[in-house]
Amino acid sequence: MPAALDALGDLVRRAGDGDAVAGVPARFVGTPATTEEASAVLRAAAADDLAVVVRGAGTKQDWGAPPRRLDLVLDTRRLAGVVEHAAGDLIVVVRAGTPIAELQGKLAPAGQQLALDAALPGATVGGTVAVSTSGPRRMLYGTARDLLIGVTVVRPDGVVARAGGKVVKNVAGYDLGKLITGSYGTLGLITECVFRLHPLPAADAVVTRRVADPAEAGRLVAAVLAAQVVPSAIEVDAPPGGGIEVAVLVEGVPAGVRDRVALLCRLLGGEAAQQRPDWWGTYPWRAGETGLKVTAALSRVPGLLAAARDAGERHGAPPTVRGSAGSGVLYAGLPGDAAPEAVAGIVDHLRGAAGQAGGHAVVLTAPAAVRERVDMWGPVEGLALMRRIKEQFDADGRFARGRFVGGI
Amino acid sequence: MTDIDALAARLRTDLAADQVVSDRQELRTYECDGLAHYKVIPALVVFPRSAEDCARTVRACVAAGVPFVARGSGTGLSGGALPHAEGVLIVTSQMRRIVQVAPEDERAVVEPGVINLQVTRAASPSGYYYAPDPSSQQICSIGGNVAENSGGAHCLKYGFTTNHVTGAQIVAPDGELVRLGGRAPDAPGYDLLGAFVGSEGTLGIATEVTVRLVRLPETVRTLLAAFPGVDEAGAATSAIIGAGVVPAAVEMMDALAIEAAEAAVHCGYPEGAGAVLIVELDGPAAEVAAQFAQVETFCADNGAFEIRIAADDAERALFWKGRKSAFAAVGRISPDYIVQDGVIPRTALPEVLHRIGEISRGQGVRVANVFHAGDGNLHPLVLFDDGVEGEAGRAEEVSAAILALCIEYGGSITGEHGVGMDKAKYMPRMFTDDDLDTMQLVRCAFDPAGLANPGKIFPTPRLCGEVPGRHRGTHPAQQAGLAEVF
Repeated sequence: MPAALDALGDLVRRAGDGDAVAGVPARFVGTPATTEEASAVLRAAAADDLAVVVRGAGTKQDWGAPPRRLDLVLDTRRLAGVVEHAAGDLIVVVRAGTPIAELQGKLAPAGQQLALDAALPGATVGGTVAVSTSGPRRMLYGTARDLLIGVTVVRPDGVVARAGGKVVKNVAGYDLGKLITGSYGTLGLITECVFRLHPLPAADAVVTRRVADPAEAGRLVAAVLAAQVVPSAIEVDAPPGGGIEVAVLVEGVPAGVRDRVALLCRLLGGEAAQQRPDWWGTYPWRAGETGLKVTAALSRVPGLLAAARDAGERHGAPPTVRGSAGSGVLYAGLPGDAAPEAVAGIVDHLRGAAGQAGGHAVVLTAPAAVRERVDMWGPVEGLALMRRIKEQFDADGRFARGRFVGGI
Repeated sequence: MTDIDALAARLRTDLAADQVVSDRQELRTYECDGLAHYKVIPALVVFPRSAEDCARTVRACVAAGVPFVARGSGTGLSGGALPHAEGVLIVTSQMRRIVQVAPEDERAVVEPGVINLQVTRAASPSGYYYAPDPSSQQICSIGGNVAENSGGAHCLKYGFTTNHVTGAQIVAPDGELVRLGGRAPDAPGYDLLGAFVGSEGTLGIATEVTVRLVRLPETVRTLLAAFPGVDEAGAATSAIIGAGVVPAAVEMMDALAIEAAEAAVHCGYPEGAGAVLIVELDGPAAEVAAQFAQVETFCADNGAFEIRIAADDAERALFWKGRKSAFAAVGRISPDYIVQDGVIPRTALPEVLHRIGEISRGQGVRVANVFHAGDGNLHPLVLFDDGVEGEAGRAEEVSAAILALCIEYGGSITGEHGVGMDKAKYMPRMFTDDDLDTMQLVRCAFDPAGLANPGKIFPTPRLCGEVPGRHRGTHPAQQAGLAEVF
């Protein structure tokens, strides 16, 4: 072990087989419990020119491209716990390694929540912010970027920096929280997050309706958007060969939810469900399969659903499509044994359709054979500026290098 | 011919002659923004009519090594659009096209000079509106809102400009036109748009903005509650938020602010009020009805001696008139005043107000308080008479002491007016050197030459040559053409 790491004692151990990232083996694992310890580990890593990948619960370690080089996995699971929950101010300060579910458990007794859905069980706060995953309720509450009001990061050179603060309204300085959110660990390590919270609704309900085709689903979604429903989520699920299920979530006071459920039943010609459908808030793929995120302007979502169906038929591998029709974000899953050529064809098709619809198609995860065949990220606007950001934060290219857009 | 003359000549060719102003008298019109006690006459003023005009102007500035400052309507309150004496002021007031209103996508695309309220006017026939509503919304521009990440009374529920901008075309400080985000959410890559919004013109100039449109609410209900004092009004606010109600707005004014508003716009607030709260709820009718009843109860339980409920839009407008005109109204009771903007955790409100009272009495300087009580955003108005020797200095001290309180209580030195020129000196009190250094890494990525609105936000500019980490030479593989750095 390099001397600088060795001097850190228990904070660093040798890596095992389970520490590989997307098939790339690691040499060491750092396990700091505080921001200061994390800074010490990363300073040591910088001194020895070690390549670093940050890991929380590891639920998305197979997302993005494999790292081009890997020495040290920085594991955040000891860097956990709620630092401060100021219920009266509706904010929480929480360490990055805290699982989202555990955080929600701590907030619930105060009647509060972090209004961010975690699709992958066990996912940590840090991982959710770093990859910017979101779920159905993004339609009403926004995503991690909208809820994160303060952040502490350790830069690749080990320097600790904070941005934002503990108040929701704050325009002092650059909003580094937004830049860090969704940066896939390429700019540094997130150690602490401050979130704005929302009250837990007193009541909620889901109304569902199954329809035959994308056009009909589109009409229903448009009708809900035009009415006074204020949905928390409008989700669709389109399994291969089946119809499309549209599900709308409303939250609020009991009387208000009752009224809006009645309105939704009329609009959708559907019925109120006792609980959310079992596919709700989950990705339409399993570990080892191909998963895509496909976005579009709101009115073009039905077109994307149709494009996915066409692409599946043309390439003989029908995808399962699911996601937020009320936000313009869909996910598509393809079986792990689908031929890479077919998957590549579908990715191209969806990328074309998404581009026409003002959005993008990104391959979030895929089997190795598919990764070799496809461009995971597709076209990226502003890439030159992004490279300059990376160069400023991580001039040596040691953090998650190769995992992100344009090979960043 | 000076450098500026040469630049003016080039711009008159690249754009059109009538888009470039170099006459000293005309330049003087632009010597300040809404923070009128800072004045700098720019060397040139340019009026682009298109994104390409903007890009040409910036490219000409880069070629000449001349700094540039963007300005929308010039309503900013932190000196963010204060010109540079040797620089070009790029005024977007001729870029006022609403490019598209697309309610089916819940988006509108506008040029930066478009006035905030015009977006709502354009969208409301379709049942939509643009949510961020700074008090200056009748005159402030979307481009300025983007630069400042403007808030407004209703951001408690709906968020700030940054939550309502999904895309932009910008001229980066090197003169390149770049598209960030768009009509769909979650463009791949770094959230450069998130970094850009609120960067106060230091990362470039927005030339087109795609904003989110929000469905007009089914119901809006507004009440005005009069309390004996700010403690009671603060307690009512805490009770409302604590019960899980998220009002569209909760605004508070203290006795002195009420006095000023009455003198200016005769809003007819209840007599003898030591504080008033304006609480507005919006949304589906049944939701609003249930929560409005709760709000009334909380106000009454916490000592409200009069509660008025707006019967119609006209009455609602009257409630708001007093609040929205409060800054200007203070001019009726004081020859001069400083508008402060700071944030504290909402629960610290009563304590901080008492401390502001102590500071005010200690210095013999009156302070009128107007604030967004729901999110702890204070707007103390520090009153003084510039004609009286020493008063301006004492007012400055009081104003600075209030910001110090905001920092002491874990808040912020600005909630919506921005840092600009005015508060750059306070940044080191809120952030460490490392924090500021890290923010400026972003600045160095966008603007290594430091030409975009220099001197704002950061008290000490970072030299962009100093790249963090070890110094690297070119990798042999890269040199040999075998690999690229990225």
